[in-house]
Amino acid sequence: MIQKTTIWKVSTVLLGIGLVSVLMYGCPSQTEMLDTGDAAQRVYVAPGEYDEYYAFLSGGYSGQLSVWGLPSGRMFRNIPVFSQDPESGYGYSEETKPLLMTSYGFIPWDDSHHPELSLTNSMPDGRWMFINANNTPRVARIDLTSFETVETLELPNTGGNHASTFATENTEYIIGATRFSIPYDMDMDVPIDTYSENFDGSLSFIGVDDETGEMSMDFQILMPPYHYDLGRAGKGPSADWVFFTTYNTEEAHTLLEINASEFDKDYIVAVNWKMAEEYVREGRAETVPAEYYHNMKDENTSVAVSNVHDEVLLLDPRDAPDMIYFLPTPKSPHGVDIDPTGEYIVGGGKLATVIPVHSFSRMLDAIDNDAFEEIINGIPVLEYESTIVGEVENPGLGPLHTEFDGDGHAYTSVYISSEIVKWSLETFEVVDRIDSYYSIGHLMITGGDTPNPDKRYMLGLTKTSRDRFLPTGPKQLHPAQLYDISGDRMEMLLDFPTIGEPHYAQAIPADQIRDNVKQIYDLDANNHPHAVKRTADARVERDGDVVRVYMTNIRSHFTPDNIEGIRVGDEVHFHLTNIEQDWDMVHGFAIKGSNSAEVLIAPGETKTIVWHPQRTGIFPFYCTAFCSALHQEMQGYVRVSPADTDVPLTWRTGED
Amino acid sequence: MNRTSRLGLFLAALLLIPVFFTPIWSITLTAPQYPDGIGMYIWVNDITGHERHDIQNINILNHYVGMQEIDPDQVPTLDIIPWVIAGLIALAAAAAATGSRWLAWIWVALFIISGVAGMYDFYMWGYEYGHNLDPRAAIKVPDMTYQPPVIGRETLLNITAHSWPYWGTLWVTLSLLTGTGGLFWDRIAKKKGR
Ligand SMILES: [Cu+2]
Repeated sequence: MIQKTTIWKVSTVLLGIGLVSVLMYGCPSQTEMLDTGDAAQRVYVAPGEYDEYYAFLSGGYSGQLSVWGLPSGRMFRNIPVFSQDPESGYGYSEETKPLLMTSYGFIPWDDSHHPELSLTNSMPDGRWMFINANNTPRVARIDLTSFETVETLELPNTGGNHASTFATENTEYIIGATRFSIPYDMDMDVPIDTYSENFDGSLSFIGVDDETGEMSMDFQILMPPYHYDLGRAGKGPSADWVFFTTYNTEEAHTLLEINASEFDKDYIVAVNWKMAEEYVREGRAETVPAEYYHNMKDENTSVAVSNVHDEVLLLDPRDAPDMIYFLPTPKSPHGVDIDPTGEYIVGGGKLATVIPVHSFSRMLDAIDNDAFEEIINGIPVLEYESTIVGEVENPGLGPLHTEFDGDGHAYTSVYISSEIVKWSLETFEVVDRIDSYYSIGHLMITGGDTPNPDKRYMLGLTKTSRDRFLPTGPKQLHPAQLYDISGDRMEMLLDFPTIGEPHYAQAIPADQIRDNVKQIYDLDANNHPHAVKRTADARVERDGDVVRVYMTNIRSHFTPDNIEGIRVGDEVHFHLTNIEQDWDMVHGFAIKGSNSAEVLIAPGETKTIVWHPQRTGIFPFYCTAFCSALHQEMQGYVRVSPADTDVPLTWRTGED
Repeated sequence: MNRTSRLGLFLAALLLIPVFFTPIWSITLTAPQYPDGIGMYIWVNDITGHERHDIQNINILNHYVGMQEIDPDQVPTLDIIPWVIAGLIALAAAAAATGSRWLAWIWVALFIISGVAGMYDFYMWGYEYGHNLDPRAAIKVPDMTYQPPVIGRETLLNITAHSWPYWGTLWVTLSLLTGTGGLFWDRIAKKKGR
């Protein structure tokens, strides 16, 4: 057994070296040709013109979500989600800090991997974007009228939420799963080598309110202590099902690169979520203690509020028969992707030499025929032969993730051999391949994860740029490549650096979002408890050591702009209301010696930044956003006096 | 007056009613950063933005050169015009009802006087805005004066103002034409001895 594994490993490496040399020395002129031609014209969006698609790229270890135009590859915005953003004040302002609260306290950073647009009939509806936090497990919701993070929900019993976010047919659920199995009790202090005994896996089903988008931790499913990698909801005939990949079915807890790569097959998990939901409604789930945070921007005040929950519904497959199955799938599969018809379930066995394709209808037959190899923790393992309909040969080394063009083809990213292979869903044969630069992770086809893909563009999200751009030192940005897939052959159009490390992306035709985007926040609807809507109401109030500055911003002055009577040791809250109602007329606020960040205030919005003056003196503050011709004059002074001063609290603007 | 002429005057009265429901004038300001323009509508009794916040945004732009705030509550003419229009409707209706030529000609005279007075007031209103600038304004306009156009285009610094009649003026004009048309028809008919 061990010998066999070793032989396999050696041959993999040899094959790798072989392919790499083909890539490095094989017909460079052909590659050159594909890179040129009229590609420039096809990605050129003239000044003032709009792109066809919005593309949303996860930020990876930046914890953010960046917004781009396709085909131009121009970046429009970087939306802070799971990481503090000193540029905007996100995670620093009192209004946004609660969004980063977890049962582990305030978490200023995370790793965001897989964005997912909200769906109606399995098609993106342009309402919300969801994205996962991989490290301290969470899911966030971004409102696509404001492009702002409005909600975050922590996942209990989860050791890293990687197989997330993926939405069911009508966004009934956003799914999540634990990447690392852990003991469920969050404070459980056990020897790591009691892994199989004390550690568990979990799948999460996050309910989404159809009207408001508000998320709730509806229920979880208790799973064997494997690692759960990626997921997808079915569509069409398979719409009632969701699928996850597993690795480490070996249940290793150390040196996983060897120990979790031992078995020939791991599993794709198929869950009938409709049935699971029914079981939960019937009361078959157990209520277990679990501490987790739910943070949401209050619609009325626009201030995020944290709620702590202390229990979760947990469904054990042993109490819930016929809802969950294992489909054996070669070698630590990464992606599990469902073709547009909902029939094919494609595994991305990253260490496999083939791309395995399961059939959903055959899976149902196998379930009917009890074609089970064994049953693990109440979960039947279907026979590999009973569900598989094809194995794509010669896919390259390290197939990861697959999307579809709706025209009978699948496109799989292949990491180790740095390429994308296009293959037929009829013959399961490779029909085209193209290089990526370099080491591709996920790919994204416009609509390629929906029942109705646009056979237009494909984005390859690659991990290293090496020699592709002017060098910037040992660390360089992760690039993306844009391909035209409208013809028979894939053609590369563009190669551009991105922000953070995009793991996955989503695209949507621009007009599905463009017309709904807000230009201002309505000042009349601003019910922030510390808003001031008229300059005449601007003021400063003291309550013990807490000083509240109710300040207005309008071109080109603050009111008040001279403040005296602040004392060392005070906690000064600057409540800034931008009383402008003009699109993109943003003001900023920064004060000398501030320990936090600046804050940007959109028209009609109120934002609060807290300042702790440490010493006496005169402290200038100013507008950080170049708002107007007299922006440089948009400034003021705070006078800080000793703690025992009798300087009275005064404020003014425009008086001598 | 004959039936047709009276009908004309009656129609003239009716045509003045929609004037209350559509702006009579529109002023659009365009600038590099406002490619679609921002602007205001002048109604018989109000001044509103093309978009909800345009008046506020125009005031913010204007304050740099020291123009007074545009505040419909501070424009007395806007309290008077609705009564003038109402009076003209009543007079036309009365002339139509009684068939009095005398009343009808008074209507025409008052109509024209009010129109000219209105335009003059509008010009003076613009003159006030353009000439009564705050001497402490951040941006000094050369010669400290600016005459906003009553009709046509005029550029101040980077902003071009476009001022044109709007639907309300069409109704006013049609009303005058229909009413006087009726009167002339009456004269012609009388001459022909019908
Ligand atoms: Cu400013």
